[in-house]
Amino acid sequence: MSLDRYIEPMIRELANPTRFMSLSGTLLPWVGALGALLLAVGLYLVWFVAPADYQQGDTVKIMYIHVPAAWLSLFFYMTMAASALGTLVWRHPLADVSQKAAAPIGAAFTLICLVTGSLWGKPMWGTYWQWDARLTSMLVMLLVYLGILALWRAIEEPNRAARAVSILTLVGAVNVPIVKFSVDWWNTLHQPASVFRLGGPTIHASMLVPLLIMAVAFTLVGVTLHLAGMRTEILRRRVRTLTILEAERLDAQAA
Amino acid sequence: MSHTFFIALSYILTALVVLGLILRAFIDHRIQVRALAELEARGIGRRSRRG
Repeated sequence: MSLDRYIEPMIRELANPTRFMSLSGTLLPWVGALGALLLAVGLYLVWFVAPADYQQGDTVKIMYIHVPAAWLSLFFYMTMAASALGTLVWRHPLADVSQKAAAPIGAAFTLICLVTGSLWGKPMWGTYWQWDARLTSMLVMLLVYLGILALWRAIEEPNRAARAVSILTLVGAVNVPIVKFSVDWWNTLHQPASVFRLGGPTIHASMLVPLLIMAVAFTLVGVTLHLAGMRTEILRRRVRTLTILEAERLDAQAA
Repeated sequence: MSHTFFIALSYILTALVVLGLILRAFIDHRIQVRALAELEARGIGRRSRRG
């Protein structure tokens, strides 16, 4: 007996957009509320509890939004790359929906990362911008995101657009490890990793705890936006299908 | 310029971008829900094919 007989219906069940709508509808308010709550706790710790840095003073407060934004930029790109595989390999109907919802959110957090980094760089490094490997690869990240968003608009037919965007997404995924390890591979003005590194974090707990809380809060806010975006995208596709159906019926009546 | 300026501007711009994302999600959702309701009001729901 083939195992496919059991696996296939299971995948179809999970891929069912109606099932996704009911599950995500239940989850969405909880994830959103938890994200908002953690964000409030995180901001309180950042502004009223966490100490000023002995060298940077209060500008270290920029770190608590800059680092989570950078993490979300990579997180959403990896979500998109996984969804691209889902589209190309398994033709999962929700994969393209997920990818399309993730792109603008990822692009927005990449922009936040670049802008806050720049505003942190001016008082600390004396410059808004430096063409070092980390900053440049992050700028490339934003351009890849924008390229993906533009490609969607350029191709009218959704299935062709999904395939083209998926290929571009996977090619662009090369940039993810470049962003992460740029600070190790090249001599950058940007500091090397101090949280996710071999040998553990090098930040003191008084700063690490608020940073991690902010990172989790940002992630939950991002996931909430992603789920909401996927739900809207499913509705958009229903609208498209029904509009085509209506046009076909009107054609049939006219004939 | 003081450091406070750079810190405040970072937080303000971040808040604006995130609020923009949230607003966009709400508006887009409303547009699609309305479009779907209009189509269904005109009897274009998939089930209407049967009857």
